[in-house]
Amino acid sequence: MSVLALPRQRDIALQRRTVTRLVIYATLTFWAILYLIPIYLVLVTSLKPRAEVSLDQVWALPRQVSTDAFIAAVERLSPNFMNSVLLTVPATLISAMAGSLNGYVLSKWRFRGANVIFPLMLFGMFIPYQSILIPLFQLMSQLRLTGTLWGLILTHVVYGLPITTLIFRNYYTEIPDELIEAAQIDGANFFNLYWRVVFPLSLPGFVVVIIWQFTQIWNEYLFAVTLTDPVSQPITVALSQLAGGQAIDFSLQMAGSFLAALPTLLVYILLGRYFIRGLLAGSVKG
Amino acid sequence: MRLNIDRITALAVLAPSVILLAIFVYGFIGQTFYIATTNWQGLGAVEISSVGLQNFERLFAGSGLPFFRFREALVNTVVFTVLFIAACLSLGLFLAILLDQRIRAETLFRTIFLFPMALSFVVTGTVWRWLFSPRSGLNTLPTLFGGAPLPPDQWAWFTDRRQLVTFTWADASRIVVILIILGLFAFAAIAALRRRPVQALIAGMIGLSLVGWFFLGGAFETLGNVVRPAHGVNLAMFSIVIAATWQMSGYTMAMYLAALRGIPEELREAARVDGCNELQVYRYVVLPLLQPITLSAMIILGHISLKIFDLIYVMAGGDNLRVDVPGIHMYLTAFRGNNFALGAAIAVIMLLLVAFVIVPYLINAFRTEVKR
Repeated sequence: MSVLALPRQRDIALQRRTVTRLVIYATLTFWAILYLIPIYLVLVTSLKPRAEVSLDQVWALPRQVSTDAFIAAVERLSPNFMNSVLLTVPATLISAMAGSLNGYVLSKWRFRGANVIFPLMLFGMFIPYQSILIPLFQLMSQLRLTGTLWGLILTHVVYGLPITTLIFRNYYTEIPDELIEAAQIDGANFFNLYWRVVFPLSLPGFVVVIIWQFTQIWNEYLFAVTLTDPVSQPITVALSQLAGGQAIDFSLQMAGSFLAALPTLLVYILLGRYFIRGLLAGSVKG
Repeated sequence: MRLNIDRITALAVLAPSVILLAIFVYGFIGQTFYIATTNWQGLGAVEISSVGLQNFERLFAGSGLPFFRFREALVNTVVFTVLFIAACLSLGLFLAILLDQRIRAETLFRTIFLFPMALSFVVTGTVWRWLFSPRSGLNTLPTLFGGAPLPPDQWAWFTDRRQLVTFTWADASRIVVILIILGLFAFAAIAALRRRPVQALIAGMIGLSLVGWFFLGGAFETLGNVVRPAHGVNLAMFSIVIAATWQMSGYTMAMYLAALRGIPEELREAARVDGCNELQVYRYVVLPLLQPITLSAMIILGHISLKIFDLIYVMAGGDNLRVDVPGIHMYLTAFRGNNFALGAAIAVIMLLLVAFVIVPYLINAFRTEVKR
């Protein structure tokens, strides 16, 4: 817009700009509401007393707020919630640590054949897990690990290795080789280098990887439903069975969904920036 | 000396991961291939013998419910993949472009569009099962504004039985072969234009021999027997696509937004100086630069949709044929029906489908990296 333009023209241009902005904001708000509809229904339904969840009242706000459904959901699902915690925390930490060491080796100790081995490792994160499920189940049965959380932890650690290794390898590539060489001249060996130079620089990498693995393992279903029994079921499996019953109690289901979603949602809301980084790292080139 | 010990230590640190993945990925895949060529059924100690490729033959040409069901699942997966990728790409790009207009509450909007990505497919499935249940959920939304609820038989969502386009399995196979032939000829033409006669010749020869095979009719003799029932584009699948897009479109939005932010402002400014209006800036400068991201997103979404299991299993249950996919069919065949051999055969086909998408992608990613 030229400064010399006549005032009238400037007004018209300004008006058109304002209209465009309004349209953009209106469109964004419309889509935001669409995305939030399921959340509205989850909250409204789970906070209603069971008698109020009738057909013509589905969308109405609760006339009186009831925590019955939440109390029932907590009672039913808290053992499974605990299982999920006991599964997710160790599996996440072990796979993050292993990924960090692997990434360190692959980025700073390049060896012949690394360019073949690394893609072969990565392939493991894309396979449909159905294609390894029967042998996995066989092995876990032979090791007597089915029906325990240990088998599931081992499974998640192994199939988490490709993505954690990938993220750390890409992350460590950014650390200048000169830093490593300087420490080597000072006499640092492989582990000195890792603990004194690489690991202290790894915090952001660990945050990304831990958030990513935490979300993946907490949300996972196929391994969980195949390898656990009713006692060791994580929350995703228990939630799916809540939905499978004959008499469908929607307020219980919605309260259960909320409970199952809560940890990963909290992580996402508090640490969203790192969550997105993990998300984008999944597309290999990072 | 020092360095050599360190090199050995490095390899020793990597070794456990490599060995575990070698067993859990490649060893297990090999084992699955082997199981797929046997007749292993049932629990406990059973006699297992080799049957060659019979399981695959039956899946693609056998009569009987499990085999029909597999083909239905395969058709459904293709329909789902196409619709899901198209929906995620277009919606993701649309939202990303809107968010790229120096929006005030950008973080808030971004958080809203992306939060479903943090949820489990099981949670999404449970919630959307409720939203799409014919007698409540979305169908009763008009009551909020004093209207009448939508009729459940017209708006049956994932329980809908209707099909938009119907075809038999033999038709589907013919269509696929015709598409492959056209693809080969197109490839040959492009290769010829780029003066690569060997490539052009090979592709052309394969294409021609397929045409011959096609018209001699040998291809579909076995398939001819499997005319009914019909496969098609199932209306019920659209509900699954909506739920999956709700969950995953934030991902494409984030990818596109990151890419848009990576385009230097000078490039757009230069286009404006050259007389482009905002729309033309997008048409001629921005969109062409987003092409590599679109390809990456297609591959990531494609491999997710080809192996999708939990969302549909939780949302529509395992026995809804109209939204069946190989992931569910494999799980039920192997772990509910104890037919491990057939389950393994389905798993092998799933793996081949995914590998077809992923392997070229990985090879390409590493080739460019080595060049750098």
